[in-house]
Amino acid sequence: MQTIIALAPLVSHRLCLAPPPFPRHRLLCRRAPSIRLPSHRSSTTSFRLLSSFAASRDSEMATEDGQDPRIPKIASSIRVIPDFPKPGIMFHDITTLLLDTEAFKDTIDLFVERYKGKGISVVAGVEARGFIFGPPIALAIGAKFVPMRKPKKLPGKVISEEYSLEYGTDKIEMHVGAVEPGERAIIIDDLIATGGTLSAAVRLLERVGVKIVECACVIELPECKGREKLGETPLFILISSA
Amino acid sequence: MFAAENGLKGDPRLEAISAAIRVVPNFPKKGIMFQDITTLLLDHKAFKHTIDIFVDRYKDMQISVVAGVEARGFMFGPSIALAIGAKFVPLRKPGKLPGKVISESYELEYGHDRLEMHVDAVEPRERVIIIDDLVATGGTLSAAISLMESQGAEVVECACVIGLPEVKGQHKLKGKPLYVLVEPSGLDGFC
Repeated sequence: MQTIIALAPLVSHRLCLAPPPFPRHRLLCRRAPSIRLPSHRSSTTSFRLLSSFAASRDSEMATEDGQDPRIPKIASSIRVIPDFPKPGIMFHDITTLLLDTEAFKDTIDLFVERYKGKGISVVAGVEARGFIFGPPIALAIGAKFVPMRKPKKLPGKVISEEYSLEYGTDKIEMHVGAVEPGERAIIIDDLIATGGTLSAAVRLLERVGVKIVECACVIELPECKGREKLGETPLFILISSA
Repeated sequence: MFAAENGLKGDPRLEAISAAIRVVPNFPKKGIMFQDITTLLLDHKAFKHTIDIFVDRYKDMQISVVAGVEARGFMFGPSIALAIGAKFVPLRKPGKLPGKVISESYELEYGHDRLEMHVDAVEPRERVIIIDDLVATGGTLSAAISLMESQGAEVVECACVIGLPEVKGQHKLKGKPLYVLVEPSGLDGFC
């Protein structure tokens, strides 16, 4: 099956209201960027590497020392579908990654290797694609899995946190009693764009005294500045799609 | 069929799994005793037992596809798929999948809905298991079976953690075998 790696330089993510950092004509002249493959060593390293990439957009995509060899295959297994759910959005479809048994296993392994043995007792996953990645990680590192859901899906008593959408607001909910104060958690989703959903998940867990060790996603859309929205909370990603 | 009748009679793991499931009365509406698997997911040992039992059953059956029904099927399916070396295929509510889809309508225990799958997710003659947290009337699973068969794939079995009384004694769903780990808890006085 053909998979397309993301990249139209003109992508204007409708989700992201900020204008692109360069004048449009430069974007038109710029060749299609490759997927940025950051080092997986630490989230701060990833952030510095991404910053240096943003500063020199016309450079070749470098393969840094320490680049995990599993990441290119994972990146190439993700399909990009234009104009979904609406015109202008380049949708990153991880269902094709799930069809590639090796790439899916590698994806989970990369997260498990990072979080095993770090005293993490909670893996929280954001509905619905976070439910696909979170439980295998939780099982492998000996943590509980906590689903964070859209309103009215969870049957028991819940606490909820509101967050902004491009137009309007939405809510994310968690069962009361799912986590305890002092627990160490990671939050998983397939992709971070503006960071609205993830930052709401962070706030929700922090309200009940949980320490967020890191947010972890397969894909980041750096132009949407989700990392900034997360503020002090570290973010770890496998693939950056600019 | 229930796991206890199929080689796992007296297996202490089944009791641990059953005990970890919480019953929430009157959700989503009066009279329904909702079987809440989120508490199972909080119990790492019981959750692991759940996955292990399914993996042990399917690992030598040449299954190349594990399909999971949105959203609670997503919590169980991928771990099974990873362990047995199969693809994971999400079966989703309408409008969620970005690519070209096929869809099938079905009746729920309470309401009705449609289930969708990407057209290129499964190939003819692939051997498939379909996972969900719970089977009640079997409507959702029947729709999932239809989706698979429309692509020429073979559904080997449907597998659920919990099976409601309607399915007890009913080993087959639309002609396909059904494998269930536990009965629901707390159903005394259930209509």
